[in-house]
Amino acid sequence: MTNSAIKVGLFIPCYVNQLYPQVGIATLELLEKLGVDVYYPEGQTCCGQPLGNSGYEQDSKGICNLFVKNFNDYDYIVGPSGSCIYHVKHHFDILEQTPEVKRVRNNAYELCEFIVKILGKTDLGASFPHKVGLHKSCHGLRGLKLGKCSEVQGEHYSTEEDLLKEVKGLELMALNRKDECCGFGGTFAVFEEAISSKMGKDRVQDHIDSDVEVLTGADHSCLMHMEGIVNRNKQPLKVMHIAEILNSSL
Amino acid sequence: MGHAQKATEFNKDEAKVNWHDKALWYVREKRDKSAHNVQGWEYLRQLGSGIKANVLSNLDKYLIQFETNAKNNGIQVHWASNAEEHNTIINSILEKHNAKKVVKSKSMLTEECHLNPFLESKGIEVVDTDLGERIVQLAEEPPSHIVLPAIHKTKEDVDVLFQEHLNTKPSGGNPEYLVGEARKHLRDKFLNADVAITGVNFAVADTGGVVVCTNEGNADMGVHLAKAHIACMGIEKIIPQEKHLGVFLRLLARSATGQPITTYSSHFNKAEEGKEMHIVIVDNGRTEQLSREDFRASLHCIRCGACMNTCPIYRRSGGHSYDYTIPGPIGSILSPGKDLKKHSSLPFASTLCGSCSNVCPVKINIHEQLYKWRQIIVQEEKQPIVKKSILKTAGVVLSKPKLYKMAGKSARFALKHAPRFMIYNKLNAWGKARDLPEVKHESFDEWYKKRRKNE
Repeated sequence: MTNSAIKVGLFIPCYVNQLYPQVGIATLELLEKLGVDVYYPEGQTCCGQPLGNSGYEQDSKGICNLFVKNFNDYDYIVGPSGSCIYHVKHHFDILEQTPEVKRVRNNAYELCEFIVKILGKTDLGASFPHKVGLHKSCHGLRGLKLGKCSEVQGEHYSTEEDLLKEVKGLELMALNRKDECCGFGGTFAVFEEAISSKMGKDRVQDHIDSDVEVLTGADHSCLMHMEGIVNRNKQPLKVMHIAEILNSSL
Repeated sequence: MGHAQKATEFNKDEAKVNWHDKALWYVREKRDKSAHNVQGWEYLRQLGSGIKANVLSNLDKYLIQFETNAKNNGIQVHWASNAEEHNTIINSILEKHNAKKVVKSKSMLTEECHLNPFLESKGIEVVDTDLGERIVQLAEEPPSHIVLPAIHKTKEDVDVLFQEHLNTKPSGGNPEYLVGEARKHLRDKFLNADVAITGVNFAVADTGGVVVCTNEGNADMGVHLAKAHIACMGIEKIIPQEKHLGVFLRLLARSATGQPITTYSSHFNKAEEGKEMHIVIVDNGRTEQLSREDFRASLHCIRCGACMNTCPIYRRSGGHSYDYTIPGPIGSILSPGKDLKKHSSLPFASTLCGSCSNVCPVKINIHEQLYKWRQIIVQEEKQPIVKKSILKTAGVVLSKPKLYKMAGKSARFALKHAPRFMIYNKLNAWGKARDLPEVKHESFDEWYKKRRKNE
């Protein structure tokens, strides 16, 4: 199947839609560059994760059903957020498992995984001459298994690293703690404010200590949290979603 | 006070938080090295998990088999359905021996049953002989970790504590000196003890014996010097056969501290001649947990503490912030089963990062169980009104695209134009240490619509 025959439903998570349109734009442009047939279903809202993770799964059924309705017609559902995709894949078990629900759950992919696994591409022709630190979001890493995490025995692999390594001029910096959680955690960020902020602060510091200029990742919720800390403390670190880096051609 | 408040308190001393985090991260890294050096580590975890699942499915059979074999070895076996019965049984054994002095080697079960205060109220001296346990006992605190009970204390803290209780000289926290003094102090307690109490790491059904793992040899020292040995175990400590120790002993110490094996793996199969050995088998809520299908696997736990060492929240909030005998991720899935109301904040003390499930040597799906407890807690316990109304409203708004569009637009408008004091105040927990995202002039939706028009 040529890429142009692949019909992709672009899923832009609610907070990315409202607060980080540039991440949505980069994702869309990237998919278009790769030649897939991208659609952006209007009327999409959210995956229901904020409710599920807070214990309000039962109140999220309307959201989940809307998601299925919006994305049922596509070969793949692709979004720039590991944790939202994880939620669709793992927590839509609260819905009746109709063929539509099963299809949507099976075909939902995080952006990097879709590019590497489904399209089989790693070199996207991007160029980004900076020292980059990769924050591997927990739901992407441990949930979707986009890479090997430090706790588990086995060969090293990382979907995001595969892509970043092909970016011209990009220097991927090694971190002291390869895959520590940033402390965002959805409503955890507010209801466990002290720990959440401390975790974010430590995660940011690891990047600074590792001479990182640009902190990136495949989950913008982690990035939103860490950017909030960087901006508050006026730290010398730029925060960008991995789609923005992969879409850049400086 | 819930976990968040206690964690906020702990975070007032940032240097201490950093130190606590680093100390436990060191243990976690040691665990990685040691575990990953074992060929087939992940398979070993699978085996451990499978054996435990088999045990839980056939627990009735194994427990009776264990009791029969233990009795055949001359061990006296007692059954306690709850903490109170456990304590009463132990007290009656002590009374029979007219015991006034007891040495105890580390047992989380006796902590769970609050045995120490119970025996002390009967005029019995109970001395915890594991060094870390002794430290927290002298400080009149509960352990903050199940394997490293005094991990929240620095060597300087211990120095001050020992000066007060053991009449040591100020040493500036010299570990060799302090350990030497503790050894002298404990040796005296060992020599004069009437009865020794130990926990149980593994109870072997087909031999009727129990295995206790320590690094200090304190279980052996206590048992061999006292007239009687009382071993206390939860019903889930059973393993079917002795050969299964080959799985669990390899998993336990590597997961706990990164050691290939604990310094002492002590097998107690029968009493020495002229002495008595008792085993107290305790339920105390375990059968009920066993009946909860989603949470049954929490009883696989072999109490290694790896989930605590890896948990980024535990490392930064300290064990006492959980206010439960077993702190950290595993405690947060065990405790709601004991008292849902009291421990309802614990399943929320997690980002669901999943690291705990990955280090667990018996593959308990801890983070998935945390998620499941959250759903139950919201249904059954009263929730903070603000949180509840925000999330219930979100459930409605996000299921209606038009409402969502309006809400998004007005929220972005407010964020962009409201004066700083309205956004950053004490009602905004996000904004305490973090800036809010800078609002762009349009959403992705709006940008996309414009682009379609121009096409």
